[in-house]
Amino acid sequence: MSYVTAIASEDSLWRALESFLLLRDYNTRVVVLGAVLLGAAAGLIGTFMLLRKRALIGDALSHATLPGIVAVFMFATISGMDAKSLPLLLVGAAGSGLLGILMVLILRNSTRIKEDSAMGIVLSVFFGGGIALLGIAQRMEQGHSAGLESFIYGKTASMVASDAMLIGLVALCAAGLSMSFYKEFRLICFDESYARSQGWPVLLLDVVLMAMVTLVTVIGLQAVGLVLVIALLVIPAAAARFWTNRLWKMLVIAATAGALSCYVGTLASAMLPDLPSGAMIVLATSLVFALSMFLGPAGGLVHRYRTYRKLQRKIARQNVLRAIFELVEHGIEDTGVPQHIPAVSFEAILTKRSWNRRHLARELRRCQSGGMVVHMGDHHWRLTTEGLAEARRIARQHRLWEIYLISHADIAPSHVDRSADMIEHVLGEGLVAELEAMLDAGKKATPPASPHSIGGKESGDVAHA
Amino acid sequence: MSESKAPAATSGQAATSANVSPLGSEHLPDAALSIHDMTVAYHRKPVLWDVDIDVPAGKLCGIIGPNGAGKSTLIKAVMNLVPRVSGKVLIFGKPYEQNRHRVGYVPQRESVDWDFPVSALDVVCMGCYGRIGWLKPVSQKYRKLAMEALERVGLADLAKRQISQLSGGQQQRTFLARALVQNADLYLMDEPFAAVDAATERAIVEVLRELRANGKTVLVVHHDLQTVQEYFDHVIMINMRIVAHGATEQVFTPENLQKTYGGKLTLLAEAAHALAAGKRK
Repeated sequence: MSYVTAIASEDSLWRALESFLLLRDYNTRVVVLGAVLLGAAAGLIGTFMLLRKRALIGDALSHATLPGIVAVFMFATISGMDAKSLPLLLVGAAGSGLLGILMVLILRNSTRIKEDSAMGIVLSVFFGGGIALLGIAQRMEQGHSAGLESFIYGKTASMVASDAMLIGLVALCAAGLSMSFYKEFRLICFDESYARSQGWPVLLLDVVLMAMVTLVTVIGLQAVGLVLVIALLVIPAAAARFWTNRLWKMLVIAATAGALSCYVGTLASAMLPDLPSGAMIVLATSLVFALSMFLGPAGGLVHRYRTYRKLQRKIARQNVLRAIFELVEHGIEDTGVPQHIPAVSFEAILTKRSWNRRHLARELRRCQSGGMVVHMGDHHWRLTTEGLAEARRIARQHRLWEIYLISHADIAPSHVDRSADMIEHVLGEGLVAELEAMLDAGKKATPPASPHSIGGKESGDVAHA
Repeated sequence: MSESKAPAATSGQAATSANVSPLGSEHLPDAALSIHDMTVAYHRKPVLWDVDIDVPAGKLCGIIGPNGAGKSTLIKAVMNLVPRVSGKVLIFGKPYEQNRHRVGYVPQRESVDWDFPVSALDVVCMGCYGRIGWLKPVSQKYRKLAMEALERVGLADLAKRQISQLSGGQQQRTFLARALVQNADLYLMDEPFAAVDAATERAIVEVLRELRANGKTVLVVHHDLQTVQEYFDHVIMINMRIVAHGATEQVFTPENLQKTYGGKLTLLAEAAHALAAGKRK
């Protein structure tokens, strides 16, 4: 018996998935369209709010909508109007949401309470009040308040065509404003005081942004629920920041990420009808965020780790080259391309730094595959012509920096080697040129003599190949 | 904002007759900046008292004073960024609202988030927004102007770079370029030399001199007393009130420095504190 139901439910699961992916029936189309448009609108407006560093105000706003929704419901029930009319409920939501924001502003501006505490107070008091009202509404004789809970946790499935059209209208509005006020929003988000000095009405632009946040929040209540609608405003925008350093791309990516998350979340909640769609959508956005945080090319963790590894490799390679160079430095003539470059033993290189055998052997092999050194057999290594030029350049940067530290920063010669060790790998052309000018070192390729005795075995056991 | 779009003066105080300065006879009629009896307060706590100065046009003017003396506040109050309790400010003889297109502002570098997703060129283009006006995108013409400004500060190569990837000095020069592209007549710069490298300091000084050669007036909040005489031909010394102002060689004296930096005027600070406390409920 249970076997049969399992088959049946699996079958219906597949049918739900299929109808979703192919947008087969009308209801699915309405719900998907509404959710996707909501995600896109939230992504756009959320990007500006994130950059304005006001993202959390949306949370205070959404929690403050609850008493308004319930109060309007009760009022409509008592006065015999259609208590389930969505536009009516949303008007109530917007009204009490804005009242909440107003309270935050009043608390912040006229008392010693700071904005974060003010938001915490307003958010919880309004939400608590709303829950209490909801309890009363559920005991009312007339009407039934069963649908009201869906505003708390969200229920995409309850969306009808007119709701989707309302969302579409708001999304259109969000896109239009983002495009037409692109330049103005960018200015006030980046540098408010400069914007004001130029006479831009910062307050008015903020009000426009805030109005859009209110609209998106209110129309999002039904699908995502008031507890979680903030996620749609914040998470897609935050995820988008990991993909680009350009504002317009960030807007496009945030809108796409929002739309995609809403699609996936709606799909999941349609297939598993017991789970509230708000939670599913938020989980989908967090998935998108996690992916972005790891894989995003603009500051994503993988990218940063790669950059770090690349620098580590470069430092290791340069250290090997400089060590070999310092061993053979006196064996080659100062000018022109040397006729022959002496080879040095593995043991000699090993004494130059505190590295272990395996590490050094690996770095030498890497230098070899890069064409910088060649293995001469019998554990002896030799710089190639190319390797010599590179080694010279590194040794020169190292010593220029040392001389600079000694002559300009009054650091004892015995201490400069270590600090130069870090800097030489990251000196850019500009800095090297400045060092040259300051130290009057000219453009010679030959490094100056080291200002301190070079560590390791001074003579090295240099063998001529 | 462009001149035509600037909102009209809010009151009749701007009505200037041809030859009488609205501030009275003791003020220069052709000063780039005239401040008359201005007091500024933050949250009711006065931080600048009775500022009364003229800055003649075509000068490089340094504003110096200890921390908390009100240097930044002075230039912010000129632009109405902080509320004035009393007093009047005229830019080339008109209130700020009417002449703001002639003012270029360089805020402190720390005042913005440099991780913002824009390029150096985008930031400099912001200096053109006033001329571009509402809703219109930044056209090629203004991009070109912005590029030229970046060239003047030696950053043309880095125009496309995201601003967090610029060094502190380069960020400061980006801000300078944004003010330059406005082609203003009066520049107000808040610590442009703070924590910059030598190359940037040289570049900024060069730009300042160039501006003066073109007849512009520049006010610079400055910290380094060593370079005051070298950089500025006019100096304003403040410590919650104006201690001295005038030609550098006349007012940059040990006595005035002593008055500005040595020993705080505790009475002023205490009075301000008492005022703030008295008004707070």
